[in-house]
Amino acid sequence: MKKLLLSSIIIIIGITFIGRLSYLQIFSFSEDQLLEDPAIKAVYDYPERGYIYDRTGKLLVANQHAYDVMVIPREVKPLDTLEFCSLLGIDKPKFIEKLRKARVYSPRLPSVLVPQLSKEDYASLQEKMRKYEGFYIQKRSLRYYDTQSGAHVLGFISEVNEGDLKRNPYYVAGELTGRTGIEKQYEELLRGKKGVKYIQKNRFNRDIGPYKEGTLDTPPEQGKEIHLTLDKALQEYGELLMNGKRGGIVALEPSSGEILAMISGPTYDPALLVGRKRSRNYTRLYNDSIAKPTWNRAISAQSSPGSPFKALNALIALQENVLTPTTTVRCYNGFYVGRTKRGCHCGGGIRDMNSGIYKSCNAYFANTFRKIYDKFPTTDEGMDVWEKHMKSFGLGNYLGYDLPDGLKGRIPSKEYYDRWYGDNRWASSYIISNSIGQGEVSVTPIQLANMTAAIANRGHYFTPHLLKKIDGQNIDIPAFTVAKKTTIDKKHFEPVIKGMTDVYKKGTARWVQVPGIEIAGKTGTVENFTKIDSVKTQLTDHSVFVAFAPADNPKIALAVYIEHGYYGSRYAGHIASLLIEKYLKGEITRKGLEKKMLEKTLEHEYAKPYSGQPFKINEYGW
Amino acid sequence: MAGKSVLKRLDWFSVLIYVLLVGIGWVNIYSSTFSEEANQSLFDLSHSYGKQLFFIGASFISILIILTLEANFYERFSSILYIITIVLLLGLFPFGKTIAGATSWYDMGFFNLQPSEIAKVATALALAKYLSDIQTDIKRRKDQLYGFLIICIPAILIVPQPDPGSALVFFALIFVLFREGLPLIYLGIGILAILVFITTLMFGTIWVGIGLSLILVLFLLLKRATFKVPIIPLISFFAITIVFSLSVNFVFNNVFEQRHRDRFSLWLRLEKDPKKLEEIRKTIGYNTYQSEKAIESGGFFGKGFLEGTRTKGDFVPEQHTDYIFSTVGEEWGFIGTTTVVVLFSILLLRLVHLSERQKHPFSRMYGYGVISILFIHYFINIGMVIGVLPTVGIPLPFFSYGGSGLLGFTALLFILLRLDANRLNEWV
Repeated sequence: MKKLLLSSIIIIIGITFIGRLSYLQIFSFSEDQLLEDPAIKAVYDYPERGYIYDRTGKLLVANQHAYDVMVIPREVKPLDTLEFCSLLGIDKPKFIEKLRKARVYSPRLPSVLVPQLSKEDYASLQEKMRKYEGFYIQKRSLRYYDTQSGAHVLGFISEVNEGDLKRNPYYVAGELTGRTGIEKQYEELLRGKKGVKYIQKNRFNRDIGPYKEGTLDTPPEQGKEIHLTLDKALQEYGELLMNGKRGGIVALEPSSGEILAMISGPTYDPALLVGRKRSRNYTRLYNDSIAKPTWNRAISAQSSPGSPFKALNALIALQENVLTPTTTVRCYNGFYVGRTKRGCHCGGGIRDMNSGIYKSCNAYFANTFRKIYDKFPTTDEGMDVWEKHMKSFGLGNYLGYDLPDGLKGRIPSKEYYDRWYGDNRWASSYIISNSIGQGEVSVTPIQLANMTAAIANRGHYFTPHLLKKIDGQNIDIPAFTVAKKTTIDKKHFEPVIKGMTDVYKKGTARWVQVPGIEIAGKTGTVENFTKIDSVKTQLTDHSVFVAFAPADNPKIALAVYIEHGYYGSRYAGHIASLLIEKYLKGEITRKGLEKKMLEKTLEHEYAKPYSGQPFKINEYGW
Repeated sequence: MAGKSVLKRLDWFSVLIYVLLVGIGWVNIYSSTFSEEANQSLFDLSHSYGKQLFFIGASFISILIILTLEANFYERFSSILYIITIVLLLGLFPFGKTIAGATSWYDMGFFNLQPSEIAKVATALALAKYLSDIQTDIKRRKDQLYGFLIICIPAILIVPQPDPGSALVFFALIFVLFREGLPLIYLGIGILAILVFITTLMFGTIWVGIGLSLILVLFLLLKRATFKVPIIPLISFFAITIVFSLSVNFVFNNVFEQRHRDRFSLWLRLEKDPKKLEEIRKTIGYNTYQSEKAIESGGFFGKGFLEGTRTKGDFVPEQHTDYIFSTVGEEWGFIGTTTVVVLFSILLLRLVHLSERQKHPFSRMYGYGVISILFIHYFINIGMVIGVLPTVGIPLPFFSYGGSGLLGFTALLFILLRLDANRLNEWV
């Protein structure tokens, strides 16, 4: 026993040590420790962020360089303050104050002494900089915008936050990433891939040479330049027209689904969200909770579609074979739901499909809507069929466009009404408002535009998208280049389109014709309500317009949604006709109308609910 | 002439392991103090690796001297050496040189002499001498007490330097007493005390009490048939244990300083809040944290000689002295660390074998003294570096940078080898 005691202890301890070592070195060991290793510093080499062009090759977004004078207080040696201050263009007390602040922040870490030097100051300062120890110039890359438009589409970049760092191990604190819009959607294309050099350092954080002779280092990969489907001229023109108005506009090329313009009013200059002043400006924009300038209404504003929805109901009725274009309905300046009379502005009389559309007769479409449901033994079945047709136009769901946000609108289902009224306790008369695009349906402007494109294409559409080329190569993304079929047969479109062209020729939009272009369109006037001091209050109608042109060979399909613009042909109709003319002709012949639209604002209308006074709505004078 | 027969009978196996350990140690000292910008020669005495090379040379000379002296010289002069050592330790109080807060050195001009290293050799010799005396009977209380005293006097003198780590080492010499017949009950009590100490800190006195009662009940159930239950001793044993456990709590909370508490919290993972634990690991436990990380990052094969990034970056403090083993871990990986552990184990087992084959009791007892001292250094040092023991600053024998240490351990080992080479000779 006593002879073996020490030997056995030695053996047991030896085994324990080897056990612990195998835990540390075999089980706890993981190869990927390069970045966790405190002795290795990664120095990054950032490639330039890709440029963004419009569909015609015009520059939208490029980069600019900013030069900040940085200071590391601990390393500052006595210097000729007066000379240095004159080089920097600041006075001595300010210089001393800034230096003091930098020291308070950290003596060891760099602080910005003078932000964003001009190129001239940079050039003159650069050579003399080495004289001043502890100071250096840091080059930063910022976005440069060659347009004042497209802020909502282009989005902006900002420093990565903790969430980004957690989600994506690529990023390191302080790096920039696309925060909204195209900058976010195509972040990986635009940013390229940073290069990395590994540097060995000691515990005092001093560099002591490249790690492993630089064999693990990687070179940077250039960011890609992209062409968007936007038409810079149309986009800029549309934003000018939206001056003082709230709402969304989306213009598409029906034959490809390419988004020619996407406008949300009010907008802002994208250059506001660049560099040092980004944070302050963004907060200011974001805090405007009434006008919501940062909110992209074109894809996120869900509201009732109004009368353009009648075109779809007509198509569904034809597809379901519950009427023909010549079926007539009498309008008594309105129609009855039970004992309640609902109004109509069409003037009354006998309506067929053609005049029902161009005069926008509510009675005709209430009747049409009922016929669809009456075809089926139960309302549930009718609802399913109606919902299926509606959704085939891309309504009620995300369209799949290439922007990181947006909302899906609503096409109500039978389950929706069952929840509302109870199972089997509702009928088509309960939901008759859907026939004229009021009621429970809601859409976004881009959905309206896409629906219009599907009509223009006589039964199919391409998912709206913004990406046209990557590094000069046209994209080949099936989600964008393969047509999506609607459930309506091609032959049923002609009578509806005929009605829509007559809207311009003799209907609700005959005031806004464009000479020489045959346009098919549909007006919409959307009743809407808000709560003021918890009293449901009606506000001035939304002005809605959808159109495509030329009617027989559509090059552009668009939807214009102007909040509180009153009847459809007023603001929305005017703007739509100007945009079509601008896009197809390149110039505006109706200068008077253009001037009026550029100058008119709706600010007085938007101010009404906040005035605290009783106010009138739907005023004719403008 | 004794020299020739000594070389013939020298245990060359032990010498080989010694050379390997010193060699591997120096390579790692070189790596941990090497810097690329200064490409000086290996013998540059301004660098630790250069100085260590000089000490290795000095050790070689001291080996020759040790082997040349007659074997019975060590037995004969052990008492005198012990007294000289005590005087040297006492002399430190007025004349010592303070390095890093510890007054443990004499300034000898060219190098610093650390008498506590000599004390290890002297105490091992003196203890062997006393125990091997024909008058001494280890079963007697009085002789046990004298044995303890020989061990304790240098330890007590070293504690206030302050160098509690080195003082701790002397208590390892108790193994010599056990080998010579000290009842193992002392060892049992010691182990039990440590167990109660740890379990009290980890689980609290109540659970220690419950656990102990369960063990006792189990013990009674198993023994019932043939065993008359010693009620009173059992109850008093139980009571003493509980009182000890309570006093552990008191001492821990009221006598220990916060830094001591932190070390234990870290070692036994007493802090349950993972954030606070991580905080303690990175502040109080900084050294251990860094050395564990360095070893971990070595993986199975290691990063390679001079490729240890943490070693190069000097992230592990005291890396060329107490934490030299972490360099082995980072640069040579699991293969390297295991090799070192195996080499130490083989050397220690070999020395047990050598001691047991001695005919002369003095040689055997001294052999056990050597093993105890080497073992306790190896155990505490590596245990600390790999994070299984709390931080105690003592060097790894033959490995760590330091002249007095290397010379001391060399003398310790080679005196044993000299005695062993003489085992067949008659003693004069």
